[in-house]
Amino acid sequence: MIHAEGLRKRYGPAEALRGVDLDVPRGSVCGLLGPNGAGKTTLVRILTTLLRPDGGSARVAGCDVVRDADRLRYRIGLAGQHAAVDELLTGRGNLELFGRLRHLPRRTARSRAGELLDRFGLAEAADRPAGTYSGGMRRRLDLAASLVVEPPVLFLDEPTTGLDPRSRLALWDLLRELADEGTTLLLTTQYLDEADRLADRIAVLDAGRVVASGSPAALKARVGGDRLYVAFREAADLTRGAEVIRDALPGRPATGPGAGPGTGAGAGPATGPGAGPSAGSLAGPFAGSGNGAGVRAAGDMEIDPGERRLAVPVPDGAASLVAVASALNAAGIAVEDLGLRRPTLDEVFLRLTGADAA
Amino acid sequence: MTVPMDPPATALGRLRSGLTDTLVLAGRSYSRLRAQPAELASVLVFPVIMTVLFGYVFGSAITLPGGGDYRNYLMPGIFMQVMAMGTVSAATAVAEDMARGVIDRLRTQPIARGAVLAGRGLADLSRAMLSLAMMAVTGLVIAGWRPHGNPFRVLAGFALLALFGFAMMWVGTYLGLFARSGAQADGLTFSWVLPMTFLANAFVPLEGLPGWLRAVADWNPMSAVVSAARELFGNPGSAAASWPLRHPVTAAVCWSVLIIAVFAPLAVRRYRTATAR
Repeated sequence: MIHAEGLRKRYGPAEALRGVDLDVPRGSVCGLLGPNGAGKTTLVRILTTLLRPDGGSARVAGCDVVRDADRLRYRIGLAGQHAAVDELLTGRGNLELFGRLRHLPRRTARSRAGELLDRFGLAEAADRPAGTYSGGMRRRLDLAASLVVEPPVLFLDEPTTGLDPRSRLALWDLLRELADEGTTLLLTTQYLDEADRLADRIAVLDAGRVVASGSPAALKARVGGDRLYVAFREAADLTRGAEVIRDALPGRPATGPGAGPGTGAGAGPATGPGAGPSAGSLAGPFAGSGNGAGVRAAGDMEIDPGERRLAVPVPDGAASLVAVASALNAAGIAVEDLGLRRPTLDEVFLRLTGADAA
Repeated sequence: MTVPMDPPATALGRLRSGLTDTLVLAGRSYSRLRAQPAELASVLVFPVIMTVLFGYVFGSAITLPGGGDYRNYLMPGIFMQVMAMGTVSAATAVAEDMARGVIDRLRTQPIARGAVLAGRGLADLSRAMLSLAMMAVTGLVIAGWRPHGNPFRVLAGFALLALFGFAMMWVGTYLGLFARSGAQADGLTFSWVLPMTFLANAFVPLEGLPGWLRAVADWNPMSAVVSAARELFGNPGSAAASWPLRHPVTAAVCWSVLIIAVFAPLAVRRYRTATAR
């Protein structure tokens, strides 16, 4: 549905894209992951006909993005941080406007606007100027505006940047629904968990190149999957606790009490309730889902005596958590905090680009 | 729901759909106006204030060197000034659309090339005519403005002013597409448009100006527009030395058409490649 080959774009001396290849099959969700300045927005702009590439070619929904731009615009929608709504018009006014610009008859545009306002929970605010909307409402209106006619391909440029967690979850649900209905989605994001939650495939963009691509599970496996954190009540327990944990972790000679319920590795993109962009807290949400596919043994354990805690990469998040918890309990070691943390984008990114974390 | 998925196949179909797009987008400008009382005031009330203020404040103190009523002399000048200031609002509006990303969204819609700017131009033109009507009524009722002669010539005078306003809006649109914010667009236009309206024969006769400044003012398109309006309204003018002011109607039309011919294509071109950031 989206096919790009060797796309290049430069702004003056700066090369924004240095030969990007991308393939997104019909009906799938592609997450374009990368830090600011990686070229995500530039790529989306080329694919949505806003920019002409300097080199390479791309087709979206069967239309060349340069030669067939007029036809292509009938088949795409763009939403996200840069495609905005008119703040002076009401929510309804915006949707009617974009319906009319999609050449819907006036009456159809009106009824379609009403439907979308209901579906996106904006019915009550429908007749207020969009400028008075909260960030979450605005994004929903923005998304609705790109869905006035349901386009086969939808581009979302950082759809949840700047949203509070609740609005973000609501938006994720909406996007998931669209994907389930068969819309091909390309979304850019800086958040691994967002791509993880929504995307079938992720392409990591860095300095204008795709540096890695694959399923979320495969990408995270390359980074090492989840890390388990334990904080002990007594500093004295640290060394003994570390040993207990080593023994308890699966992938080692199983001396501990069983392996716990097998969640299976590489379970695909469906995960537990969303973690924040970087669930850094020890008590953070237990977002693990057993995505770590590799057979990395619990090797490089980090121990922080000052904080009485340790961190260890685990191949199999939930199972490891259960195993460690019961092993520590059986050994009579008092634990203050215990949790899983998934790799943050920083970690994935630094690992994939080979940049030095220092 | 059946949704067109391809551009109209025939040239006529494309023209019709382009016109509809233009009208829909012109309608958008009007809906925006309704939502902005301050902007609406600038279209309806500001011209009235200018007319009354200039008519009474200057009108009471200035006498024309060649004789004639100063208020009648002044009124076409004020008309032109309000038209010229349309440059600023056009630039500001387009820059704000750009900064907020509205232009990006519009550019991804399957609409005719140029429909966005044409729609804006149409809305701006009708706004300009609304302002002119407000000023004309105020001039007639309050400020003692009296056009003389053939009503068709008077109408032609207004048409000429509107044409000039339309031309200046293309200048504003073009410059607005370079600005990163509405405030910057305001700076990019206001700073030279306002002085230019004074460096013309809008408010004072040019006879007293030093030679070089007078040459500039003589060739200022705004002077030609004001002189042309005076001629068509049958209002007193001042002695004309230069070619544009001796043939003001021709000169004003030529200037306006030239400005449109240069800036409309530039603006459309710029629009097609301009994006936020």
